[in-house]
Amino acid sequence: MRGAKSATWVAGAIAVALTATACGGGSGSGNNAAVDPNGTYTYYSTEPQHELIPTNSNEVGGGYIIKNLFRGLVDFDAKGKLRYQNAESVESTDNQHFTVKLKKGWKFHNGEPVTASSFVDAWNWGANAKNAQLNSSWFEFIKGYEDVHPKEGDPETDKMSGLKVVNDNEFTIELSKPVSTFKERLFYDAFFPLPKAFFKDTKAFGEHPIGNGPYQQDGNWEHKVQFKTKKFAGYQGVDKPKNGGVIFKFYNTDDSAYNDLVSDKVDIMYKVPNSATSKFKSDLGERAVNEPYGGQTTIAFPMYDKEWGKPEKAKVRQGLSMAIDRDTIVKTVLKDAYDAADGWVPTVVEGYKKDACGEFCKFNPTKAKQLIKEGGGVPGNKMTITFNNDGGHRDWAEAVCNDIKQNTGVNCAAQPRPTFQQVRNEITGKKMDSAFRMAWVQDFPNISNFISEQYRTGAGANDMGFSDPELDKLMDQANSAKTIEESNKLYGEAEKKLTEKMPSIPLFFDHTLGGYSNNVQNVKFDTYRQAIWTDVEVKKK
Amino acid sequence: MGRYVARRLLQMIPVFIGTTLLIFLMVYSLPGDPIKALFGDKAADPATVARLRHQFGLDQPLLTQYWNYLTGLFKGDFGQSFTGRPVADLIGEAFPVTIRLALYAFAIEVVIGVALGMLTGLKRGKFIDQLVLVLTLVVISVPVFVLGFLAQFFLGLKWQLITPTVQDSMNLGQLTVPAIVLGALSLAYVTRLTRTTVAENLRADYMRTALAKGLPKSRRLGVHLMRNSLIPVVTFLGTDLGMLMGGAIVTEGIFNVQGIGNTLYRAIQTSEGPTVVGIVTVLVLIYLVSSLVVDLLYAVLDPRIRYA
Repeated sequence: MRGAKSATWVAGAIAVALTATACGGGSGSGNNAAVDPNGTYTYYSTEPQHELIPTNSNEVGGGYIIKNLFRGLVDFDAKGKLRYQNAESVESTDNQHFTVKLKKGWKFHNGEPVTASSFVDAWNWGANAKNAQLNSSWFEFIKGYEDVHPKEGDPETDKMSGLKVVNDNEFTIELSKPVSTFKERLFYDAFFPLPKAFFKDTKAFGEHPIGNGPYQQDGNWEHKVQFKTKKFAGYQGVDKPKNGGVIFKFYNTDDSAYNDLVSDKVDIMYKVPNSATSKFKSDLGERAVNEPYGGQTTIAFPMYDKEWGKPEKAKVRQGLSMAIDRDTIVKTVLKDAYDAADGWVPTVVEGYKKDACGEFCKFNPTKAKQLIKEGGGVPGNKMTITFNNDGGHRDWAEAVCNDIKQNTGVNCAAQPRPTFQQVRNEITGKKMDSAFRMAWVQDFPNISNFISEQYRTGAGANDMGFSDPELDKLMDQANSAKTIEESNKLYGEAEKKLTEKMPSIPLFFDHTLGGYSNNVQNVKFDTYRQAIWTDVEVKKK
Repeated sequence: MGRYVARRLLQMIPVFIGTTLLIFLMVYSLPGDPIKALFGDKAADPATVARLRHQFGLDQPLLTQYWNYLTGLFKGDFGQSFTGRPVADLIGEAFPVTIRLALYAFAIEVVIGVALGMLTGLKRGKFIDQLVLVLTLVVISVPVFVLGFLAQFFLGLKWQLITPTVQDSMNLGQLTVPAIVLGALSLAYVTRLTRTTVAENLRADYMRTALAKGLPKSRRLGVHLMRNSLIPVVTFLGTDLGMLMGGAIVTEGIFNVQGIGNTLYRAIQTSEGPTVVGIVTVLVLIYLVSSLVVDLLYAVLDPRIRYA
């Protein structure tokens, strides 16, 4: 015990020394140095968890590499606007039947032309239950998905009936029901095309992926060290690389990577470690990046709980929400790394409406007390906010609880669980009996992704067990809407409706906290908090 | 001697089975479901989960799983990690790095530690002795991670003498600072241990005899004194090699060395049973072998110790 205590003291002293001496860095860098179009730069990353197969990679380490080696039918530009890549057009009149025409001249890195079959075969393979791909549920809207991916047992066929190849440059998709955002969904990695070589030997492909994107693999994947890519000369997309290639450098800890960033040993980092959030501006100067991205944090309630499920408790949740002074917490505790939320959809996402949550997300202690009283109070006058301790959430969870305690007299405690995994286990096992942290990062920058995935009855990320037939109906209408604008409007109404039942309390919108080295310029981050890889310019040495 | 070695080797079998079984049981009782965790935030698709569970044999009783694992091991198969890569590959990538780092640290602690220990043991009470005693006390009382961060901060960021993290884990030059950090604690122990035994043995009868016989100083110190003084040191060093490999977790984390420590740490975090058990199995083997080597070395150092 004595040893542990002295260790804390020493660590504390060092932390003080580090912050004290860290100031004064960050001399401004010339923003328009000569550029080397063939220069490569290094990108902070983590060792991919899986072999590099688009339908099986769902974590950032592998995802970032795959996103650079491949291009899908569509993708999003820096502002979150949809644009065509490998597709010439994706057309539909009813959001259920789609015709996809491909641009001509696209090639895989091995020279094989990209055809309609490259897409259809890849999707059929990825959806097939036999191949147990982690991203297979992305194909669930396509007609015939149940045939290749039955709930139990082996599939009887290996082709989805909804996919038909018309000719080399055209194929059609039929969905089992209308989905207004299906075109948006097509950007996702699971929908990338695959060359013939993939089906011959998937294992070998996982080590040496062949894509159709702006970069191709350069040399072998040096496991746990780095993955090198170089510019692909035959790339046909709209975003031609302004550099020679990206080297994904794998780090074990954010902290060690951050030290490398400060000393120009790694060029771009999209998230600085928690320990550096208060000093990275002074360390990096104008090379520090702090801007909003498509992610949000809420505290959710177990609607399956006997007490919290009662209809009048909606008022209690509204009241609790009004007792939280988000602005002050953001400024003091979170050091401007977040924005105070005014709804369930982040500002940078298409379909965002200002003040969607209305007065319920505004700080008003008097009204808060009144609402909680009207709703019969918090069960037992005490609540907890459960969070995972390995993600740096303790500070805000305690701050939120403090606000609730001070402004309403409800006994609130922040309740840590050691790991993310454990907390997820309890949540998906429906074992919660009070509030818990819920967070969502966009799959694609559209309001539907935030509302439908979390608040539709039985949806994948509906951790609350929340169900509201009216809301479901509204979302169904939105999904069969003719235009994306109309769909957005209906989803906006659904978001407004959430305030009535308040199954979760919106807290914050997330920020990208990143930075880049002196070796690169023109570094911008998109709403996925990824650098626009192809736009990065490498300075001449 | 041969029989002794055989007996020791046979003893390894129950130790080996016991330890792996214990680790196996511990890892599988960790909270969280590693297969569901593969899906991240997304809801896991039950059909895929069931298929993966079957693929990794997780749908069988624990003891059957252990038996399968053990029989696989004898065929040289370490199994597959939940992310699809053979554990043998993971081990093959990470161990050479850590062995390199650990041996480097080991070499530093042996050479410098024994030298300093001899020096201070012979010059007991002099200034140099006091100085080394204070310095080693400092090293012993400062935790390794503090030492690592300090080295990284001052040498890497402040004075820019080294790169803050290791860029190439197989480059011995870059491993120097991590190796010193890793070996520092044991270095201090080796120094103090050597100093004590040297000081003690200086007054032993055989040393006086050697002096009386008129043996030259180099022989007195080099053969008579050192050989006898090294016995406890060798014991310490033997177990220390295993410690270094395991203790590399902290150092590897700070300096981003892509070794076994990191692989193990990650695997524990994600309840990657096969990887954890595989790595620890190899670590156990290293412990067993190094302690056997230590026991055999006794006989070499002290002819009075003989094994039947």
